[in-house]
Amino acid sequence: MQQTFETPATPRRSLLPNGEKRARLRRWRKVKDKLSQYGIAFAGISVVAAFATIFVYLFSEVGPIFSSASLEPEKQYASQSETPLLTNLERYSEVGMTLDAKGKLHFFSAADGNTIKDVNLAIPADRKIVSLAKGEPRSGIFALGLDNGQVLVAKHEYNLSYPDGKRQVLPMVTYPLGQEPLQLDAQQRPIQALAVQEGSTGTAIAVLTDDGRLSFNLFETETNLMTGESTFNRSEFALKDGPKTATHMLIDTTLHSLFIAEGNEKVHYFDIRSPGDARYVEAVNAVAAGQQVRQMEFLVGAVSLVIGGSDGSLGQWFLVRDEHNNFHLKHIRDFDKHPAAITQIEPEYSRKGFMAIDEQGHVGIHYGTSARTLLLEPMPGDIKPQRLAISPINTALLAFTQDGQVHRYTLENAHPDVSWKAMWNEVWYEGREHPDYIWQASSGSDEFEAKMSLVPLALGTLKAAVFAMMFATPLAVMSALYTAYFMTPKLRGKVKPTIEIMAALPTVILGFLAGLWLAPFIENYLSAVFAILVLLPVMMLIAAYLWRFVPEETRLRIGTGWEVAILIPVVIGFILLCVELSPLVDDTFFNGSLRQWLTDNGYSYDQRNALVVGIAMGFAVIPNIYSIAEDAVFNVPRHLTQGSLALGATPWQTMVGVVLPTASPGIFAAVMVGFGRAVGETMIVLMATGNSPVVNFNLFEGMRTLSANIAVELPETAVGSTHFRVLFLAALVLFVFTFIFNTLAEVIRQRLRQRFSNL
Amino acid sequence: MRAWFKSGTPWIWLNGGAIALCLVMVIGVLGLILVQGASHFWPSDLQQVSVKQADGTERKVLAELVRSEDVAASTLRESGVELPGDAKHYVRHLLKMGNRDVYGRDFAWFLDHEMSSWEIPTQAIVLERREWGNFYGFAVKLSENDQVIAEGDVDVWAKLPERIARANDIHAQIKQLEKTDISRINNGMEDLRLGLRKLQLNNASAAEIAAFEAQAAQERAALDADYAQIQQKLDDLNHQAARDTLVVRTADGKELSVSLSNIVHAHQPNAMSTSQKVGFYVNAIWDFLSEEPREANTEGGIFPAIFGTITMVILMAIIVTPFGVLAAIYLREYAKQGPVLKIIRISVYNLAGVPSIVYGVFGLGFFVYVVGGNIDQLFYAEKLPTPTFGTPGLFWASLTLALLTLPVVIVSTEEGLSRIPSTIRMGSLALGATKSETLWKVVVPLATPAMMTGLILSIARAAGEVAPLMLVGVVKLAPTLPIDGNFPYVHLDQKIMHLGFHVFDVGFQSPNVEASRPLLYATALVLVLLIIVLNMAAIHLRNKLREKYRSESD
Repeated sequence: MQQTFETPATPRRSLLPNGEKRARLRRWRKVKDKLSQYGIAFAGISVVAAFATIFVYLFSEVGPIFSSASLEPEKQYASQSETPLLTNLERYSEVGMTLDAKGKLHFFSAADGNTIKDVNLAIPADRKIVSLAKGEPRSGIFALGLDNGQVLVAKHEYNLSYPDGKRQVLPMVTYPLGQEPLQLDAQQRPIQALAVQEGSTGTAIAVLTDDGRLSFNLFETETNLMTGESTFNRSEFALKDGPKTATHMLIDTTLHSLFIAEGNEKVHYFDIRSPGDARYVEAVNAVAAGQQVRQMEFLVGAVSLVIGGSDGSLGQWFLVRDEHNNFHLKHIRDFDKHPAAITQIEPEYSRKGFMAIDEQGHVGIHYGTSARTLLLEPMPGDIKPQRLAISPINTALLAFTQDGQVHRYTLENAHPDVSWKAMWNEVWYEGREHPDYIWQASSGSDEFEAKMSLVPLALGTLKAAVFAMMFATPLAVMSALYTAYFMTPKLRGKVKPTIEIMAALPTVILGFLAGLWLAPFIENYLSAVFAILVLLPVMMLIAAYLWRFVPEETRLRIGTGWEVAILIPVVIGFILLCVELSPLVDDTFFNGSLRQWLTDNGYSYDQRNALVVGIAMGFAVIPNIYSIAEDAVFNVPRHLTQGSLALGATPWQTMVGVVLPTASPGIFAAVMVGFGRAVGETMIVLMATGNSPVVNFNLFEGMRTLSANIAVELPETAVGSTHFRVLFLAALVLFVFTFIFNTLAEVIRQRLRQRFSNL
Repeated sequence: MRAWFKSGTPWIWLNGGAIALCLVMVIGVLGLILVQGASHFWPSDLQQVSVKQADGTERKVLAELVRSEDVAASTLRESGVELPGDAKHYVRHLLKMGNRDVYGRDFAWFLDHEMSSWEIPTQAIVLERREWGNFYGFAVKLSENDQVIAEGDVDVWAKLPERIARANDIHAQIKQLEKTDISRINNGMEDLRLGLRKLQLNNASAAEIAAFEAQAAQERAALDADYAQIQQKLDDLNHQAARDTLVVRTADGKELSVSLSNIVHAHQPNAMSTSQKVGFYVNAIWDFLSEEPREANTEGGIFPAIFGTITMVILMAIIVTPFGVLAAIYLREYAKQGPVLKIIRISVYNLAGVPSIVYGVFGLGFFVYVVGGNIDQLFYAEKLPTPTFGTPGLFWASLTLALLTLPVVIVSTEEGLSRIPSTIRMGSLALGATKSETLWKVVVPLATPAMMTGLILSIARAAGEVAPLMLVGVVKLAPTLPIDGNFPYVHLDQKIMHLGFHVFDVGFQSPNVEASRPLLYATALVLVLLIIVLNMAAIHLRNKLREKYRSESD
């Protein structure tokens, strides 16, 4: 034992590490410190960056729909026909085509102008082509009118094949009505103007001879089942009352109407539904007085006419049904005016857009539905195009000039079909009686006019949110006032978590209950629901009044702050009573069923309607509003309320006079947060409404909201299409809207907190 | 009275009424789901009743009574029902008649006054079938390889359960073979095809390709041989499964035969004692939780949905925890406090209020198409044009949800950090600890409960979220689970099933809403229970944390 106290011969070694080691440790700790600092900073900044990415990315997806078109010269080469009557470019932009005055179809490589194939149409040697008509561009059909009353109809088509896995486009010419010209005018007069179109019943040709006789010819094809040979059945109908001269004639693809531009400002409309008694309907002034119609073409689908005037004006017209079920040619919209007379209108193949050129060499890219002019400038490359040919997928363009050159351009025009204006204003869609707000974004057909008005969706969103707020706000705010100020702390400790659980309920469950349980329930017990909504407060007041007559002893034993416990059975009892009495009420006043009575009296009633959504979504937003409002009220400094009470105010007077004014910004913030939530809620509206995009505030009809619309349509749409981007725009609108709302609410709350701490 | 109004007492009562109504609604909704969801599995009695038909004849129906209601005569007349008398209301019953293969529909409304002689036949049986839904009727005879071995209710019932168990056993074996062995062979074949394609894409030399092809041919032959063997086994099993046939009769006397391989369960509800019913009930719940859905999700269990939800949520938690916690630490401890940070903080908090569908849109556009598309180009070029990660899937769903719940974790962690008394921090620093040591060894451990709270809340939110998932990777029916025995075991690119989406899909896209309604409530109940438990845990943890610091900071 004694040895332990001996001093060692050498000084005892320190238990601390030596200096070098400690320095190393210090360095290592410093490295760790820095590492942790930079690591955390990196993670933190990357999270913030990730959130910023959401915003940036949504913008980058939406941006392109507002950009305009661009046209870039690519190359040029010599053309084989100097003044082509007709030009074309096929789908893959590989083969171009021209038709010259002698009836030679020249197919050439669109890359370098080399000839691929020449086809001479069977025009008699001594005859001249005096008129030309084009049918629906996708069918490739065209007709040539000769100076002896003959007409030749041909089609240019392109066969695709993939020898050795490489695409090969083979142009070919077919003759749907035979290779030889048809003698359509028995008197052999030159054909002044003609129109050709393929319809479901056959091929139709309208001709106007130079002495002003107008006839309509329908060729019905019959195919012999045995031999496979086709024969035509021609029926000819003379049309009366028409103009004597014409520059352009057009027949629509249903073969129901014929339009004739007379050469002055007039366009005439014939109803040829039953060609036997075809009817001249009217003439309209398609351009300003004193000007002439220079060009007239159908947009794809052959419903809309685009009419270009000698003053450079461009207007869209189509047939509109009036109240007597008669069609009239109506002016729909104008496009930006060209500075000179229009020389060609080239419609797009798969959507309602078109290009136009004028005498001064300006090129314009316009779009029907959105009424946009995406480009209007002198043709890039400093040329004066005489004709255009646009690729069917709107990616390339051939311009043919007077000096026999072909200029190839790349065209960028991805999203002409929407504009900010068209999304928020009434638009006159093809086939509709009047301009309207419509959301109907997709369909299988190319001819379909996408209707992308955000108004029905925005209104639907607002409708759902407003009804939900009408239900939720009073309940949530009153609940918050009571819990924070009147309720005994013991009960408060139970009630608050219960309401918080309510916030956690998945909305898909609420939506499912709303759609499958609440909606049928409301339909069956509509009168009970209204009775509950209106009379329940009255019932509560009655209960409160009766409570005064309960023996004082009992009252004092229970004490204040327990009103809820007394009212719960009252609420349950009254609801059950209403439901029980509902059939009786219905029998007495509404002939058995209020819902049926509403329908009989002309109020449309959907089972899944705004009332259902209001209640279900109200239920979902109550806890959001409640917990923020409760916080605000609860945090009102006690000395304020105590002062008020000490001065003799009743608890309610204190509440109205002191607590409410102090906490009102917080309550307002709570309502804003609730509104933000209601606007963005998806599943409840998706499941509890019929999702029809209607524009009204009817309590008994459904709606389609922005969010539900995204959920329904985004998985189905093509990536990068206009529809896709418009849905992104909807998401962006929701994002920005709720973000602003929540930020405002947060700022208000922070201010309030500051104020409380100063009090 | 006037004085009473003036004192404001009635308004206090009115406010109290509001919270009473809220409470009634919450309890009501939870109660509705609980009662409807839990009652589905109870074997209810089968009622036999004769119904008068339009032509005056009587028809016997054996069915479960689903519910009864009172309808207004005008509503009935509107829908074209002819009614005798002029009563304003009629009672009608919804019967689940089953036998979809015989009647064409399995649910029908009948008017009470057309129904008579209700009885509960003891011998009635319920067959739960793999196809065509339930069968309600009576057993006639049981045959093995076309030899009748039992006839009459009692005899058949004595032999039936054991044989059904055997058939189910065989069925399970078949499923097992299909799931493991056949899918292994298919994967092998696919790998060979992709290997070749990859070589071609990488411009491998002809010799290399030839070598690979030779190798592949060998492997393919081996797989083919394997396959033939398994197919043989399968044929065998299928043959065995088809051994027994049960002939049954419907209440109105039509006979049909059901192969035992098509029967999942059989029971005689009317003959069951209460304790048997309880046993059946527990069993049914277990089956519901552990089995796969059948018949377009309208029958069977929800196991894949539960599994998918949990997998996705775990993956999300793995992503969200480190980022959320580190971001919160950064905002609270490292970032320079100032107006910019204030703006950032408010923005981050507000992202919790941005509609979830917006995150879905972002996830689909950015994660799936942009990021996923590029991953495919780089790493899975041989599979194109079939996308691997360029299509919605498990990983993208988890990532989107992680982004969605990040604010929740950040807010909660920050709150926890701010509650830690500065004295503790000062103490640590005063003892010479560096900032990071203070942080990791003192502050973070103390704030762990707050982080857990945030994590649990985010999990609860993620488990209940559906709208964004519809866009980024949840489907109505996923053929396989995202985790299985094939390499790489966790399939991040696979589409998954999800409880919430299951509710949406079955409730609103299903052709037979009436049949799926009880299942819907049951699924909803599972989801609600899961979320309530998670939330309770979070609330409990939070309260505990508050208590703790209240005492420590005193």
